[in-house]
Amino acid sequence: MDEIVSEFIRRTILKIPVAEILKILRIWNFIPESQLKTINFQKFKEDVCQQVVELCKKKRASMEEAAILDIIYHQTCQIKKIWIVYKMTKTPDEEVDLFDMEEFKDTFKKVLQRALKNVHISFRDYEDNAVWIRIAWGTPYMQPNQYKTTYVVYYSQTPFVFISHCRVKKYIPELWQALMTAGNYHKIRQMELRSLYLDSLKSIVFKQYNQDFQTYCLTPLQEGNTENEIVDPRIINENVKEKERIQRVTRETFGDYVQPRIEFAQYKLETKFKIDSKNGILAEREEPFRCLVKFSSPHLLEALKSLAPAGIADAPLSSLLTCIPHKAMNYFTIREK
Amino acid sequence: MALLRPLDKLPTLDVATVLLLGTEETLLQQLGAAIIEECEGTAKIQVHMASSLPLPSDRECFRPRIDLIVFVLSLHSKYSLKTVELSLPHVDASFFLGKVCFLVTGARNEQNNGVHLDTVKKMAATYHSPLLFADLEVKCFRVSMAQRLIRILQICAGHVPGLSALNLLSMMKGSLDLSEQECD
Repeated sequence: MDEIVSEFIRRTILKIPVAEILKILRIWNFIPESQLKTINFQKFKEDVCQQVVELCKKKRASMEEAAILDIIYHQTCQIKKIWIVYKMTKTPDEEVDLFDMEEFKDTFKKVLQRALKNVHISFRDYEDNAVWIRIAWGTPYMQPNQYKTTYVVYYSQTPFVFISHCRVKKYIPELWQALMTAGNYHKIRQMELRSLYLDSLKSIVFKQYNQDFQTYCLTPLQEGNTENEIVDPRIINENVKEKERIQRVTRETFGDYVQPRIEFAQYKLETKFKIDSKNGILAEREEPFRCLVKFSSPHLLEALKSLAPAGIADAPLSSLLTCIPHKAMNYFTIREK
Repeated sequence: MALLRPLDKLPTLDVATVLLLGTEETLLQQLGAAIIEECEGTAKIQVHMASSLPLPSDRECFRPRIDLIVFVLSLHSKYSLKTVELSLPHVDASFFLGKVCFLVTGARNEQNNGVHLDTVKKMAATYHSPLLFADLEVKCFRVSMAQRLIRILQICAGHVPGLSALNLLSMMKGSLDLSEQECD
């Protein structure tokens, strides 16, 4: 086993948190259980990595298996890459054809390797008819660089593809071409949606976020209120009705379920500056005003949901903010009508 | 327009009522709880909280006479400043003879300030009312502000013999003039 592979395996294991190493190695299924038991996890992480690399050397791991280990790591610890959503479309008059996963993988590999000489492609199937594709890019003169990789997650029964953000942008058109040819699609379009959380992107795009819907009637709402009210009768809230109205409007706009998790929303403004008076430098300006507003938060949609109840904003919120899950966008461009 | 007047109702015996006005309800609730906890002695205190004026008219007959109005503003939120500015016209002019004060929170964390401090200072100077600063999210500052408000409330309700709200205002006038000079 050469140095490159062992160094790659060592670095991959170093990235995994210690609690997850055993679980990931078991899923990988390359090292037998008896040898896994001999690893001493009480030592420092570098020692543990070294032990695992020794075991891999004995079994002569190749780059293929190391690539699979990398995919498993990214499938388990998912918050490492920014994912961009793409939607593919077929020509409207095409018949529905049956999808075969093996055929897809073969065609994809052939098309991509025909276009680019030095690429390293690995596949791993995942739940729900999905396949994870790992691509390590090289140049015509250099072997694939295993540290510059792009991940593609394709759900075979849907036209959506999730591609991870990668610094290597040169070969993205070839990647699109391979995906379209293999999946029998005609066009691919980048949607204005990206996030660190693949699960949330999935739930927005497949419209699964509002499945916690429960029928409720008014009485639970009133019961909830009596719990929160201060027992002390000397403190009286005058605007109870207003508070209930805000709760109701927030519930109608956002629903009762946990919102999908995205970290930012960006609004690009390209409108003309509107002002009533004729004076001022900006009044006669013909070009559109360029301005970028970015909202960021560890959990943006939950933060927006709690704005009105906390008294920081008026309910109902602007529809530009509340339409993010419905329209499946978080990059907006606002132009003149 | 339903104005809030200071003397249109009979006072309740031995009870002083303060109205906390502000948009951020959790802050108001915590301040109200601190006031109730800190008040000792024979006088009883009632705390009313509202997010804006005018107060809903359906509870008008149950509402006692308001002795002190505290407008709670957050420097981080322009919305709270706007709500206070819209509520001020609903207060009768005779309230401003010592029975109103402005409480500003969030002055310690300057990076998140959406409202300029001068705006608030000017507003307090225009309405001739004291401007108090407290970080209501920290417990010890909240408690000490509650103690100050209780003293002011007792004077405004007339529970301190020999001292009225107007006396208190003129005693505090020195500090008001100082803040006016800084604005100019």
